[in-house]
Amino acid sequence: MVRYLFNRLGQSAVLLIGVSIIGFALMHLAPGGPLAVYTLNPTVTAQDIERVKHQFGLDQPVYVQYFKWAGGLVTGQWGYSFFGGRPVSAIVLERLPATFELMGSSLLLALIIGVAIGMLAAVRRNSILDYATATAAMIALSLPTFWFGLLGIFVFAQTLGWLPAGGIETTGGGGFADRMWHLVLPMLVLAFVLVAQWSRYTRSTMLEILGQDYMRTARAKGLRPARVLLAHGLRAALVPLVTLAGLQLPLLVGGALVTETVFSWPGMGLLFVNALGTRDYPVLMAILMVGALVVVLGNLLADVIVALIDPRIKLGHV
Amino acid sequence: MSDILLTEVAGVAPRGRAHILRRFLHHKLAVLGVVVIALLGVAAAGATWLAPYDPDYIEIGQRYAPPLSDGRLLGADDLGRDVQSRLMFAGRISLSVGIAAMLVTLIVGFAVGAFAAYLGGFIDVALMRLTDVMLCFPSVFLLLFVAAFVTPTLTSIALMIGLTCWMEIARIVHAQILSLKSADFIAAAQLAGAPAWRIVLRQILPNTLAPLLVAATLNTANAILLESYISFLGYGIQPPQASWGNMLTNAQSDFQVDAWLAVFPGLAITLAVASFNFIGDGLRDALDPRVSHNER
Repeated sequence: MVRYLFNRLGQSAVLLIGVSIIGFALMHLAPGGPLAVYTLNPTVTAQDIERVKHQFGLDQPVYVQYFKWAGGLVTGQWGYSFFGGRPVSAIVLERLPATFELMGSSLLLALIIGVAIGMLAAVRRNSILDYATATAAMIALSLPTFWFGLLGIFVFAQTLGWLPAGGIETTGGGGFADRMWHLVLPMLVLAFVLVAQWSRYTRSTMLEILGQDYMRTARAKGLRPARVLLAHGLRAALVPLVTLAGLQLPLLVGGALVTETVFSWPGMGLLFVNALGTRDYPVLMAILMVGALVVVLGNLLADVIVALIDPRIKLGHV
Repeated sequence: MSDILLTEVAGVAPRGRAHILRRFLHHKLAVLGVVVIALLGVAAAGATWLAPYDPDYIEIGQRYAPPLSDGRLLGADDLGRDVQSRLMFAGRISLSVGIAAMLVTLIVGFAVGAFAAYLGGFIDVALMRLTDVMLCFPSVFLLLFVAAFVTPTLTSIALMIGLTCWMEIARIVHAQILSLKSADFIAAAQLAGAPAWRIVLRQILPNTLAPLLVAATLNTANAILLESYISFLGYGIQPPQASWGNMLTNAQSDFQVDAWLAVFPGLAITLAVASFNFIGDGLRDALDPRVSHNER
């Protein structure tokens, strides 16, 4: 198992290097480059631009810039925002908890509901319940998240007045209950799409498992159907489901970005869209990197968990 | 010749096509999807003749006209432009972007996957690593990052979406070819002296069609969603040209003034995306005998 994990660790490192190269290349291939904002400002002279270029190290060869930047990335020096001059690491890291709060709570909620729906649909295959949930899931996956969020705000915040329309807490701070209150609507909107995906995954995984010999054996032993389903079926489904959770991360991170912008949720997604408006490249770059980092590490974590719960890997048979 | 090969490799019964079609027709929501897309397609393509008004004609007296008033089926927007006409012309843009982006994902994904698998060695490793790396970026981030400094036109938006979403196709093609590579008919073509590109296009492409068709349909749905989001944020199709996404740019305030304005474009997006998704689902069931027999 140790060898397996080292292998995966090495793969993740390669992925991260690839991610950083692509991100860096994107930033420098952009017309106007990182200083586009200054060149558009009439009060900034050509001399000023040269000075700023030198200050940010933008007059050096690209590969030197890359290694300086990549070295800084590892040591926590992520550069400074072009606007306001604060360290990028501080700006991005202070937004991270809000994003994780939204992502984590939605994922947890979606897991519980989605797996339950998927198992029910698999057991009652071809029933009305199965068709209804499959159709509902497909429609949920087809909703533009931003529009669905706005619809939610219109119905539950503006029309009914049950929930706040956005933000993470009442201005000036309002304690734990207030924060939870603000979390409800964005969490539900993001979870809605995730439930759809999870129920589909779970259904097809369970269908495969239900046809296995060991399930028939368990039933033949005279175990109660619920016990067969949970102790044998769900346990066998864990491995593919955990792997899928890892693979699904880019969608989760992307969905969180969209949800945040709609609900003015002060996480990385909102920061990203604001930084886009001002072409604040160091910030954009950092968020792009953190997003990819979350995906790579999430996948690694999923593989570690699978290695821990799958006896075949634990014993080194894979 | 390729027909015979297709049926052999995919393990479909000799009555192949009729059988697939029958299974597809059995999937009612997929058939409904085809009907809806056909209707949306006709409304969009024929917008010039079918739309009741000029989509850009501003009539201040008609501002926020409600649906079903003054002969306007869906009312008028904040500038008094006819919503139904705008939706039809916007559909032309949004559907075109979706289909064009899908074609880009097909071409790029097929090229990457096919050459990696067929050429093997270092090129294989490099191209498939690139695919893995691209998959690490949440596509919305990547797309917005590029969209922020590329001049938005229909072509550039379709290209950008296509270039951020080709990875799944590449993986499918890669896996299919690796499994086909040792097949006898490929060896026969090689022995006959056919060049690599010819073998890829004439022997391999027809054999990967089934899974590609499914992925392409789902990619169209996804591309329409992505276009709507970047246009909603203002980095996509630029007003006054209408797309379903940028008609929602003011949705937040529209909901307070005239909720219908924010509802119709969202419904149009959902309808189109859901239809493509259902068609993809139906195609998967029809083309994959294992799924349809064991699971449905």
